[in-house]
Amino acid sequence: MFEVRIHGRGGQGVVTATEMLSVAAFEEGRHAQAFPSFGSERTGAPVVAFCRIDDKEIRLREPIMQPDALIIQDPTLLHQINVFAGLKPEGYVLLNTHHSFESIGLGDFAKTLRPERLCTLPATELGLKHVGRPIPNVPLLAGFAALSGIIRLESVIKAINEKFSGKVAEGNVNAATEAYALVKKEMEERAHA
Amino acid sequence: MLKQTEGSKAVAEAIALCRPEVICAYPISPQTHIVEALGEMVKSGELPKCEFINVESEFAAMSVAIGSSAAGARSYTATASQGLLFMVEAVYNASGLGLPIVMTVANRAIGAPINIWNDHSDSLSQRDSGWMQLFAETNQEAVDLHIQAFKLAEELSMPIMVCMDGFILTHAFERVDIPSQEQVDAYLPPFDPRQMLDPAEPISIGAMVGPEAFMEVKYLAHAKQLQALELIPQLAAEFKQTFGRDSGGLVRTYRADDAETMIVAMGSVLGTIKDVVDEMREQGHKVGVLGIISYRPFPLQQVREALVNCKRFLVLEKSLAVGMGGIVATDVRMAVRGTGLKGYTAIAGLGGRPIPKTSLHKLFLEAEQESLEPVTFVDLDWDAVNKQLERERQNRHSGPIAENMLHDKGMSTAAKFG
Repeated sequence: MFEVRIHGRGGQGVVTATEMLSVAAFEEGRHAQAFPSFGSERTGAPVVAFCRIDDKEIRLREPIMQPDALIIQDPTLLHQINVFAGLKPEGYVLLNTHHSFESIGLGDFAKTLRPERLCTLPATELGLKHVGRPIPNVPLLAGFAALSGIIRLESVIKAINEKFSGKVAEGNVNAATEAYALVKKEMEERAHA
Repeated sequence: MLKQTEGSKAVAEAIALCRPEVICAYPISPQTHIVEALGEMVKSGELPKCEFINVESEFAAMSVAIGSSAAGARSYTATASQGLLFMVEAVYNASGLGLPIVMTVANRAIGAPINIWNDHSDSLSQRDSGWMQLFAETNQEAVDLHIQAFKLAEELSMPIMVCMDGFILTHAFERVDIPSQEQVDAYLPPFDPRQMLDPAEPISIGAMVGPEAFMEVKYLAHAKQLQALELIPQLAAEFKQTFGRDSGGLVRTYRADDAETMIVAMGSVLGTIKDVVDEMREQGHKVGVLGIISYRPFPLQQVREALVNCKRFLVLEKSLAVGMGGIVATDVRMAVRGTGLKGYTAIAGLGGRPIPKTSLHKLFLEAEQESLEPVTFVDLDWDAVNKQLERERQNRHSGPIAENMLHDKGMSTAAKFG
């Protein structure tokens, strides 16, 4: 079983992101379970949502406390809550920022993890550029596909087209495609560095 | 069709396939996406020959359902928590009048303190209301139980609550097989009411009944629930024939054949329990599971048969009879009376407290060793409780408990995970 926890703020599409991740996994014939951390929903408040992916039926209903991957939609959360709580040492981290882990003071922390499983992505900028709104969730999902290989970009695109239509769907597909390419490029550059 | 969808959305689709004629709901929290989605389907014409009635309260929601059901319309509503409490007078009337209304209860806690999260306090508070109550373990089962519920309710002319864990199921995206209209039509015949208000043949429904007949009318409600004990397994078997999967029934066991310790529970927590039991089985512990699907009527005989060969059982329930202990556990103990079996009660998950596997491992091992107290409160913060008790001993003006507790625990805990 692969467990993903997504942190963000109310209004950033955190819950939608886990739902779309589960749809993408389903599209690949896998079992998936997405659920929010059930709280009062307020714009700007910290929000957590979860997604489990497995090849067999998922029966477990506890919150994800030891994730295999973290997607952090808002870097300001790093100062507010311990978003890394319980992350497995082999875990993946995708952080929404145009900075590097080093430049935002996470260099030492990053050294405790596997470097090829960490990445940052300017997802808010990609959302603005392609969809016209500062919503980072879809680009981060595509970035996560590139970083982890747990799901394919095509499946993310299918999930986008199931959730959105028309221009919004088109913009999100473009954002996802660019995000995927950016993370792939970053990973390749690092592999050759 | 197999799809990845939200529990509430899946249930809305299932309800639509059952061709309801009246849906009434009060569209404010505590309400789920179920009636919202149904409202959209009625408006778009996707759900024809159905009237969606936006009522002014939960009390009105049930009152309208009573009226529409008495007029011969297949009637549906959904509620939870305080909403269910607000409609209670009408809830008893629906069952007392024998009207086959189907209602989803997206199980949630009851305040005060204000809490929107999951436990089973709401529908269990209506234990004796005369409604049948079926509990779903997964969203697939929630879909399937709703389809069975209309058939069961209408055959007996008694109302039924289909209970599914609020948030944990209603807001979860998972794989659900939504049946076709043809399948549902083949399984569920059109509503043929046993009693109906018809201007062409006027009758009255709802007579005042004095001491000369009241007990008989009440006994007949009981007799119908006893009939339901026969009918529920039949409907589940017919369901399997039409839809090809096991769903519903009275109880369901898991790895119970040689189990010495049996864990009894209702609803979605059964999934987590099964995972824990699998892990314990690998370590050689003889643990099994009894899931109760039909809480009302309570299947005394089936529960007894499922437990009689074990050495001890633990009832894990998301409900608390304040001043007494377990609610489900009381019924389970009734089922095994005279067997001498050791029984334990664990209260867990109140107000949405997560029920993690680690806590269940510890609990089940203690049950196996018979080292548990008769009633255990899973993951209760005893330090916080004792601090407040001490405060009350020290100071008569000890203040409001909920506020003290939040203060002691640090308000930020509430925000930590959302």
